[in-house]
Amino acid sequence: MKIVVCAKQVPDTETKVRIGSDGKTIETSDVNYILNPYDEYAVEEALQIKEKQGSGEVTVLSLGPERVTSAIRTVLAMGADNAIHIKTNDTYLDSYAVSTALSEVLREMEYDLILMGKQAVDDDNVQMGPRIAALLAIPCVSVVTRLEINDGHLVAEREVEGGVEIVEASFPAIITCQKGLNEPRYASLKGIMMAKKKPVEQKTVEIAGAKLSTLKMEYPPARKEGKIVGEGAEAVPELVKLLHEEAKVI
Amino acid sequence: MKTYNAVDYFDLNSLLSEEERMVRNAVRQFVTNEVMPIIAECYEKGEFPMHLIPRFGELDLLGANLPEKYGCAGLNNVAYGLVNQELERGDSGIRSFASVQGALVMYPIFSYGSEEQKDYWLPKLATGEKIGCFGLTEPDAGSDPGSMLTRAVEDGNSYILNGSKMWITNGTIADVAVVWAKLDGEVRGFLVERGIKGYSAPEIKRKYSLRASVTSELIFDDVKIPKVNILPKSRGLKSPLSCLSQARYGIAWGAIGAAQACYDEALNYTLERKQFGKPIASFQITQGKLVKILTEISKAQLMTLQLGRLKDKGVCKYTHISLVKRNNVEMALETARTVRNMLGANGITAEYQAMRHLCNLESVYTYEGTHDIHTLIVGSDITGFPAFK
Repeated sequence: MKIVVCAKQVPDTETKVRIGSDGKTIETSDVNYILNPYDEYAVEEALQIKEKQGSGEVTVLSLGPERVTSAIRTVLAMGADNAIHIKTNDTYLDSYAVSTALSEVLREMEYDLILMGKQAVDDDNVQMGPRIAALLAIPCVSVVTRLEINDGHLVAEREVEGGVEIVEASFPAIITCQKGLNEPRYASLKGIMMAKKKPVEQKTVEIAGAKLSTLKMEYPPARKEGKIVGEGAEAVPELVKLLHEEAKVI
Repeated sequence: MKTYNAVDYFDLNSLLSEEERMVRNAVRQFVTNEVMPIIAECYEKGEFPMHLIPRFGELDLLGANLPEKYGCAGLNNVAYGLVNQELERGDSGIRSFASVQGALVMYPIFSYGSEEQKDYWLPKLATGEKIGCFGLTEPDAGSDPGSMLTRAVEDGNSYILNGSKMWITNGTIADVAVVWAKLDGEVRGFLVERGIKGYSAPEIKRKYSLRASVTSELIFDDVKIPKVNILPKSRGLKSPLSCLSQARYGIAWGAIGAAQACYDEALNYTLERKQFGKPIASFQITQGKLVKILTEISKAQLMTLQLGRLKDKGVCKYTHISLVKRNNVEMALETARTVRNMLGANGITAEYQAMRHLCNLESVYTYEGTHDIHTLIVGSDITGFPAFK
């Protein structure tokens, strides 16, 4: 089975975000970049499918500037076979532009399954899977927590409000991965040493103009300082009273 | 738990290759996720976390600078050093396990063993399926290993081993011991397997240091070992000493990890802890301590990276390793002590790391060549007068 994992490089979730001097973008000078955590589930699932079937190929597809190489190497170190890097300059691209560019490259590729995280943790747009599926006219199952590969079709469990939905789809298909799908592996040291020797194909594609533009970024309002009501059991009545009258949560 | 921020004030990160950075980050993440949540409890109970051994194997942390041919990762020495740094940021006992397995068991088998010994043992030791220990020190032969009493005598197709070894990390849990003994007056290496008649390895209990690490005595009472179990290429004291150079090199890096852990803890604590209405980090005495620690860590980091580069070029001398082991462990010990003090009463509890590192580093200061012996090794090199002879 040929599997493509779409992987995005995002700022480390521990990054203290600072708004840049233009007021519209994030200051990137001291940002540490990592592989999007939801994409780790996609990589792990792809590797598990390949291992279970005993054959196949896992290709990582990533779009972004030069720095994206380190996210690609991470995926290769985990065990993917090869990579395609669509090079762009460092400007922000909206979901429309990215999905168009990825689809253009995917159209020229052979694949049975496309896996990716359900969302990227930087812009949280949650659009990439469905958008690419629409452009390629293939099925997309999003927010998947369990995936079973059968002859000619897949069965996926997805989280829905208050329960689980079980979906069947034919290949090729797109799956967007949710936490709980699997436990992503660490890159082993041998994997890291081998990653350098794996092929990374560089591609350039015409990037469509963005359909969205950011007007302004603002910090969330500062949180009000908390209040300590007292200590021990004797403080409980006062706490209950304040939760009822002041905070109005009970 | 607070995110770990490994101090790198002089951006040594930029001097590392992409693979070196990835190796460091992988081990750092492993330590954060799998060592930090359990290590304080292991330490208190005086137990080594045995369940981590297969995980070390899966991540290729054991003997990581040995060739891929034997199932190892084939790292260069800088990347190998970074592995040690990250493991000891967790605990000196965790790093000790990996040091012993890699530098003191796999390395001598790799360097002095036969092809059969290498093919049999190295892949199993790399995965953690088999555990090893290294027996050189004796109750009455520590800094002066040449005075060892353990003897091997030829007896037909066997050697008969008699004697004892002391302060042996992993001894009780080891499947194989690399034991150094005199055969016709010459120090040679022998592989002694667990379960063989006359060999026992009782654990040394009641320690105040390296509590999350197994320390043992090895006793050989007419142990009959097959002749094929001698390390054929081992010759004289320089063989075990070459292994110690490998291990000391790892310790030099490991000590930095322990110091980084303590510095990170001190910085976080002093920024949050308020007295007299402001964070204690705002007081001049606190800042003085932080800056002193930062300076010492930065100096050690620069020197140690250069040590690794020299080792990768094959021009590193054992005296270079002695100087850096000596410096870094003392630096880490002083750092841990200062940080323990900066944390006030909290610093004596298991909620914080400083005291655990402090107690561990007392052992690291003494083992693998004491601080004073390293002074004399370097002193002998620069003056030509060996003070220990």
